[in-house]
Formats: sequence, structure tokens, C-alpha cells
Amino acid sequence: MRTIYNKIRRVSGNVIMVQAEGVGFGELAMVAAPGGSSLAEVIKIEDNRIFLQVFGGSSGISTGSEVQFLGHGLKVAFSENLLGRVFNGIGEPRDKGPRFTDNLIEITGEPVNPAKRVIPHKMIHTGIPMIDLFNSLVESQKISIFTSAGEPYNALLSRVALQAQVDIILLGGMGVRFDDYLFLKNALEEGGALTRSILFIHTAAEPVAECLMVPDLCLAVAEAFALEGKNVLVLLTDMTNFCDALKEVAISMEQVPANRGYPGDLYSQLAARYEKAVDFEEAGSVTILSVTTMPGNDVTHPVPDNTGYITEGQYYLNNGRIEPFGSLSRLKQLVNKDSREDHRAIMDGMVHLYADYQETLEKKAMGFRMSAWDNKLLDYGTAFERELLDLSVNIPLAAALDRSWQILSACFKPQETGLSSELIDKFWPVNDEKSKVDQDRA
Amino acid sequence: MITDGIIYGINKNMITVEFKGDIRQNEVAHVIIGDQRLKSEVVRIRENLADLQVFEDTKGLKRGDKVEFSGELLTVQLGPGLLGQLFDGLQNPLHKLAEQYGQFLKRGKAVAALSAEQLWLFSPALKPGAVVRAGETLGTVPEALFEHQIMVPFNLTGIYEVVEIADRAEYRVNDKIALLKDGKGNLRPLSMNFFWPVRQAVNIYQERLRPVEPLISQIRIIDTMFPVAKGGTFCIPGPFGAGKTVLQQLTSRNAQVDIVIIAACGERAGEVVETIRQFPQITDPLTGRSLMERTIIVGNTSSMPVAARESSVYTAVTMAEYYRQMGLDVLLLADSTSRWAQAMRERSGRLEEIPGEEAFPAYLESIIASFYERAGLVRLRDGRTGSVTIGGTVSPAGGNFDEPVTQATLKVVGAFHGLSRERSDARHYPAIDPLTSWSRYQSFIGSEQREMIIKLLSRANEIEQMMKVVGEEGTSIADFLIYLKGLFFDGVYLQQNGFDPVDGATSKERQSHVFELLEKIISGYFAFDNKDEARAFFQKLRLSFLNLNSAVWDSDDFSRYENQLAGLISESCQQEEDAIDITNRQAFMEQDFDSTFIRARSTRTLKDGMPLHHGDDYRGEDADDLQ
Ligand SMILES: Nc1ncnc2c1ncn2[C@@H]1O[C@H](COP(=O)(O)OP(=O)(O)O)[C@@H](O)[C@H]1O
Ligand SMILES: [Mg+2]
Repeated sequence: MRTIYNKIRRVSGNVIMVQAEGVGFGELAMVAAPGGSSLAEVIKIEDNRIFLQVFGGSSGISTGSEVQFLGHGLKVAFSENLLGRVFNGIGEPRDKGPRFTDNLIEITGEPVNPAKRVIPHKMIHTGIPMIDLFNSLVESQKISIFTSAGEPYNALLSRVALQAQVDIILLGGMGVRFDDYLFLKNALEEGGALTRSILFIHTAAEPVAECLMVPDLCLAVAEAFALEGKNVLVLLTDMTNFCDALKEVAISMEQVPANRGYPGDLYSQLAARYEKAVDFEEAGSVTILSVTTMPGNDVTHPVPDNTGYITEGQYYLNNGRIEPFGSLSRLKQLVNKDSREDHRAIMDGMVHLYADYQETLEKKAMGFRMSAWDNKLLDYGTAFERELLDLSVNIPLAAALDRSWQILSACFKPQETGLSSELIDKFWPVNDEKSKVDQDRA
Repeated sequence: MITDGIIYGINKNMITVEFKGDIRQNEVAHVIIGDQRLKSEVVRIRENLADLQVFEDTKGLKRGDKVEFSGELLTVQLGPGLLGQLFDGLQNPLHKLAEQYGQFLKRGKAVAALSAEQLWLFSPALKPGAVVRAGETLGTVPEALFEHQIMVPFNLTGIYEVVEIADRAEYRVNDKIALLKDGKGNLRPLSMNFFWPVRQAVNIYQERLRPVEPLISQIRIIDTMFPVAKGGTFCIPGPFGAGKTVLQQLTSRNAQVDIVIIAACGERAGEVVETIRQFPQITDPLTGRSLMERTIIVGNTSSMPVAARESSVYTAVTMAEYYRQMGLDVLLLADSTSRWAQAMRERSGRLEEIPGEEAFPAYLESIIASFYERAGLVRLRDGRTGSVTIGGTVSPAGGNFDEPVTQATLKVVGAFHGLSRERSDARHYPAIDPLTSWSRYQSFIGSEQREMIIKLLSRANEIEQMMKVVGEEGTSIADFLIYLKGLFFDGVYLQQNGFDPVDGATSKERQSHVFELLEKIISGYFAFDNKDEARAFFQKLRLSFLNLNSAVWDSDDFSRYENQLAGLISESCQQEEDAIDITNRQAFMEQDFDSTFIRARSTRTLKDGMPLHHGDDYRGEDADDLQ
């Protein structure tokens, strides 16, 4: 039996300090509190003063509350039996299923040796042209949806999850509303994917700090499956809540904040999680698609800012659609060279023209006369938005490319598109097709 | 005598150790936990307590755990066999770690940087009786493309006599290859490798020289407009996704230097993977050898220990200086220096130092300055020259350049390649903003030409802004033409398709050639009846030019497209013949472009593109010459 300590000398935010001996950094403890005991983690040691982050919050903890150290760090059960199960933020069953105590794996956070990684090369098809054509998603990528409250980001997450050809889905919820949790769970269930999914859900009603372990739990399980050769997709929603919980801990520890209250190691904290995305040389892969809600829809806010510097791109979900500007898949060039020869040129050309269209819109809004060129751009922009940009469009990549050529040929002369003569010779639709599109549009 | 201590406190990767005896600042110590030895470095001493940054995860450490001080500073191993390797921030070879320990980086595992088994064919360069000093060549071994010089260790002071020197034969790096005797008669055996403390610049050379020779990156906007000189420094600040890493990757491939050292500092592991997997397959057209053979990668990526990230840039620059001592031109690319600065910030925070702006330590500026100071062109003691060029990316919070790391860096570098969100959003790559970037170094085009382009671009930009207010109809056709010319030059010359096998790298000859062609268009006089006609013409011109850009240099395609272009130009453009004589034309252009350039220039450039506000604290190569 391990010693129980009850000399709590400090309580501040979710951090308590207790005097104890022989405690390891990062070790877990159980802290007895009136409402039931809560898990805690050692986050600082100073002589015999042990600082603990209490996941259930410090409310009600007394100076005489009992603290029992567990002698190990965070662990998670790992087996096929996890499939189809739902757990809370600290890994306890949320459904009526059994609790697992065997085959526990310790969450070490050991980074993968870069020498053992391979270059990502498999495109994940989503049927969403704004992803497949313009910002291809790649197996083992880490990418975030930058969005704001009220946008259909969870719907987008579940759509990608269901469409993607992966072996296992891990869904981590941090501070999600209960409705959203049910929505996501139902979506997976209806799509027939729940039996290959594992959910770790922390809801908004639960103590804030309990969301801190969600990414680690999900990623540890995902990594274990990947090492067994599985391709795993990890969905994390919403990472901003995770960051806010980190901020709270930092403030309780009286750390000097770096930026708008967030700690200076926010980047490293996020990187430690996102870098778990990997394609193993001789095994499976982990792909991470997360949600980052941007407070005030401001991308320079520390959370989206640091995220953008770590992830391999971001999808801006704004007004219910994935914005062509700013959205970026950094790995797209690894897969779009082998998809179809016109893929890259169409991708760049269409966006260039759409940017010109935006400018024309501005001019138009200011009441300027529209030149012949402006009018072409206006036609183009409208067609682009209706036929590719709209999130309801669900077509394979090849169809999206063909559709792009049709839009171009309906609106421009070949040399106006900035596309190379070689591609134009090969792909420019002949006239009857063009009139067909015209008819379709009419 | 080796000092011991025990852990008193643990705050993430910072531990406080109670010690007895003598220790010194920045010495290496090991925390003993079971059979693991965790490397750490002393960063502060207060009475009998020392603060150590631990280069590993500190999970499970306890108060009272044993710490062994080594008495040695943090060093790297220097000798043949560094080229082509991938190291972590502490110079552990990652491929060897993977062979021995598998997929993950296990805590406390270290491997020597240089293989102890590999044989090297040593040829002595001098005979017994010769007199040598630190840095002088004892002999050579072939390494990749170079005659790797086996030098007298840099830390030997004074003059030595060579007592013995090995015959031409194969040796391992730790075999004895020479025996030296100092003035007092003490003997000193030498092998082919030695250690050097990373935080100390190698400064055994005759003199520092002013960097003048352009370092050709084969990126047009850099070489032509904002060049870098061998031995110079540059920085690439930009918001995320603007193209910093791609720019560095392209530079690491195409730059015309002897050796490239890539310090992947706290960024994505995947980016390192691309390099290590692709470089061995790419043949360097200059040498006909694999690119990997001239490359060293120091990869301390974002999820690897933060303290080792802090030291990784020093590991990289020390190896760069080592090869410079052989008379080679070395390019060090650091991506991203902000992560390095953040590692310092984390350390400073845990030491509870008084924070400066955005919680960075108050000494941030001087540390950044002394890092870039390790770049330079030097004349070695034997008369040859060698250089270290340093280029660092900066990742400013919120993409706003008005933050401590960017500002501190701008004060010390010789060229600024600022990436803009607008340009990258519009996929105008490389997204270097020509209106804010600058360089103090000489380009292969004259400074008047450079100025002319800047004038054109700023005037075009101004007209574009104006058109947003007054509309196209409110713009004169003359102005509209300038706008089109600016757009055109930007589109076909400044922008470059990094992923195109041809367009991705443009040689200096080709740049000169194409630039001349463009000059004709820019300074040419066009008569169009209306704007639509003008626009259509430039669209056509642009298309031909893009075809030209993707045609192999000196190929039939190239001449065909060039002729096509020449045809287009002579059709619509009245060149010198009918236009006034040259000086008049110049005057006409100046008048056209000048109106606002004066303003743009005064905020941007003073001399050779050097920013005006740096005039007061100009501490460039002129000052260095005096050393
Ligand atoms: N020169 C370029 N040519 C084409 N695409 C580019 C270029 N530079 C950047 N990109 C695109 O932008 C993405 C982000 O670039 P990256 O260099 O990773 O940005 P940063 O390092 O600034 O965050 C790349 O993955 C690529 O898709
Ligand atoms: Mg980058």
C-alpha cells in the first residue's frame, strides 16, 4: 500500500501543493474530494513540495484532503475490445461497457525517429472538391479545420471520417456540447462506422482540466493500432478548449504568459500531440484532422496561430464552406502530381482567376463600370461558387477536374486562363460540350 | 575530480541540483535514472544549487536522484564522415539510433556522431619536423566530393612540432595519425577527430572579409532583386504557410555552394523526411553526385526535446565552421529561428528570469546577433578563403513582423526576404514581397536596374491601389500600361514554380539572359488603342513567357519560344529605333515611375537596398574589416 499524504499546503486554480516524499515527475495521484476522488498529475517538484494538476478541479479540496500517489504516469488500455466504445476524458467508460485493466500502455510521448518516417503518398478522397482538388488530404497528414462557433465543423468532420478509407477512427472530444457529442456518435453509427471507432469524449459540462488528457489518450491508442499496421484517423474537436485548459494551468502556476495569457510553451505542447501523425515505414499510419475554433474569428489568435505553424495545413470553414484562400494542404504536392496531369495547373489556375473575380467584385461593389474582362470574371466566379465551392457538392476528383475545364471554357478563351498550351490542347472541351454546359446552366 | 549532485527540484525540463565541489557554467551533466543517463547542461548556478536544462523527457525523475557533472562543455565531434548524415540537436546520428533502438527516440540513448569502424584513406600533407598550429592541415582523406582536411584540433594553443605522422594508409577516426610536441616537450597524440564546444565560435583565421560574391540560389527574385552573398546572412520571416520551408528546401537543393547544412529546428518532422528521402535520389547537376553527399541535416523537430532544440542551431553552425576551415563555402539554413528563440523563452521562464517583450528573455537580441555573427567570409591562415552563410526563417506570432524575434533578426542580417500572406494566398510563389524586402549585397544586375524594377513595381502597385478607388475608367492608359508591366514582370519573373523541374531553378546565365529580354519590354513603348487591347496583349505575352520559363535552357524549345516572344514584342512595341535616344527614354521612364518612388525608397532603402532606419546602428562588414 502506498503512503497517503494529507498535508495540502496550497490550492490555486486547479493546482494543489502537497508535501510528500519519493514522488516522480509526471506521476499520477488520486485526490480525495467531497464529491468523489479526482485524478491528478505531478507538474512540478520543489524539494518535498509536490505540485499537482487536479483534473476534476480543486473545488472543495481541503487542506486535509488525502492524496495517494499511484507510482506511474498516465496509462491507457489497448486492445481490439476498445472498438465501438465510448470513454470520458480520463479514460473511464461513458457507455455501459466494462472497464479495462489489462494490456495497459503507458503514455510516454516518445517522438518517432524521423529516420523511421516515410514520405506521405496516399491521398484520402473525400468527395469534396475544395479538399480533393484544391487541398488534397493525405494519409498521415495533420491538418486542422479553422472555423468559428456555429459553423458546421462537426458535420464536416464526420463526413470526412465516413468517406475516408481508414481502418480505425478515434474521436476525441474536448469541451463538446452534449448535443454535438450525440450528433457525432449518431453520424458514425448511421454511417456504419461506429464499430471501427473509439470515442474519448469530454463534454462542456465536465471539469475543464479533464479535457487535457483527451489528445494523449486518443493518440496513444491510435499509435498502438498504427504499429500493428492499421491506418487510423484521429478526429479532435475542439483543440481550442484544450489550449484554454493549458492556459488555466499555466496561470495557476503563475507562469509569465507569452501571448494573450497563453503560456510560452503552447507551440511545443501542441506539437507534441500533432506530431504523432505519422506514416510508419513498416507499419500503419496516424492521420489527424482537428477542429480549431478561432475566438473572434481571428486567425492571429495564439491558438490558431500556433496550430497553423504545426499542422500541415488548415481548412478555413467559413459561412458553411471551405474557403479557397488561406485553406492549405501542405502535403497536396505529394499526391497531386500523380493524380492527373492537369490537377496542379487547374488547382492554381482556378484559384488565380477566383482571386481576380474577388477583385472585380470589389470594384463592382464600388460602382465602377465593368470591362469585358470583368464580366467574364463575374460569370466565372458565380459558376465556380455554385459548382465547386458549395459544400454540398459531392463528386470524385476526376469529375471535379472535368467540371473545372467546363467552367473555364464556358467563361474564357484559352489564352485568358493562364494555363499552358500543352494542357489546353489536351483538355480544353470541344464546342458541343461547351454548349451542353451552357444548356445545363440555363 | 568529478562532482556529484542530487536533484532538488523538477520543473518540466529544468531541474535544480544540489551539488558539492566545483562545477562550471554550461558544463554537461547526466541525471542517473535506473540504467538511463539523461544528458543535461548547467544554465545557472546559485550558491549550492545549479539549474540544469535536461535534453530529455524528465518523466519519473525524483528528488534525490543522482546527477553526475562531467566537467566538459557541450561539444560536437568533428572529423570525416559528417557529410550525408542526419543528426538530432545533440549530434546523435538518427539513422544509427533507429537501427539500434527502433521506431521511437528512446530517452537517454546516445550514439557517437562519427562511425568508429569506418576506414578513411589518409594521405599525410607534411613531414616530421614540420611546425604547426591549430587548424593547420596534417593530411587529407577523401570524403564525398572533397579532400577532407585533417586539421590540428582548434583548441590547441601555441606552436607544435610534428614528431610522427602516419603513412598513407587507411585508418579509423580514432586511430592515432600524428604525434605533436609542444614548446615544453610535452607529447600529444592526435587522431582524425576532435571535439569543439558548440557555443564558442571557431575563430582561427587571418581576417574576416566583406562578403561580395553572390551566392546563387537559382531563385530569381532572390538572385536578381534581393541577393545573398557568400559569407553573408539573410532571414525569411513570414506567417505560417507563406512558403518559408519550401523556399529553404529549394535553396538547399539549388544553391551553388560546396556544403549545405540544414538545421530543422523545432518544425515538422515530415519536412526533414522529405529531404532525407529525396536528396539521395537527386543528382546535383554541378557535381554529378547525389545531393545528400554535400548535405548535413540537424533535425531537432518540434516534438523532440525542447532543450536540445535550443542547442541544435549551435551544433549546426559549429559543423559549418569546421568545413569552412577547409576553404569551403558552407550554407547554413535554419528553419525556424523562432522555435529556437521560443526554446530560450521556455528556459528563461522556468528560471523565472525577468521577462522582456512577449515573455522572451531580455538578452534575446544579443543572442540572435551573436548567432548570425558566426557567418562570414574569412581568409584562412594559408591564404585560402572559406565562408559560412546563414539564412534563418522567422515565424512571427500572428504573422506580424513587429515582434521581438523578427525585429532582433532584422537588425543583424544582410538581406530580408519578407513573405507576405497576400502573395501566398494568391499563390504567387515564392511569396517574397518585392515592395518590403531588401538586401545589402550586390546583385549580378546593376543597382540602377534593380532600382528601376523596384520603381516599376511600386508604381504599378500604387496604380493598382488607385484603380480600386477611381476604377479602370479613371486611369490613364499610360498608367494602366505601367500597371500591366508590373503585373507581367511579377508574374513571369519574380514568381517561379518551385515544383517545375525547369522553372524551379534558374541559373545565373539564364537569369541574365531572360532579364535582358524583360528589360526591353519594361522600357519599351507600346501604343494601344484601349485597355482591353493592352490587357489582351500582356496576357498573350505572359503565356509565351511562361512557356519559355518551362523550356530547358539552350534547347530548341527555348529558342522557339524566345523567337515567338521577340515577334510579339516587335509587333507592338516601339523600341529605341523610333523612340527617342536612350537617355531621353530613360528620362521618360524616370518621370513615369518616379512620382512616388521617392517616398517608397525613403522608407525602404538607403544604400544597396539597406533599410534607412538601420543607418544609425550600421554595423556591417565595413566594421568587420577592421578586425
Ligand atoms: N515556391 C512554391 N511553389 C509552390 N508552392 C509553394 C511554394 N512555396 C510554398 N508553397 C505552398 O505553400 C505550402 C506551405 O509552404 P511552407 O514552406 O511549408 O510554409 P511555411 O514554412 O512558411 O509555413 C506548401 O506546402 C506549398 O503547397
Ligand atoms: Mg515551415
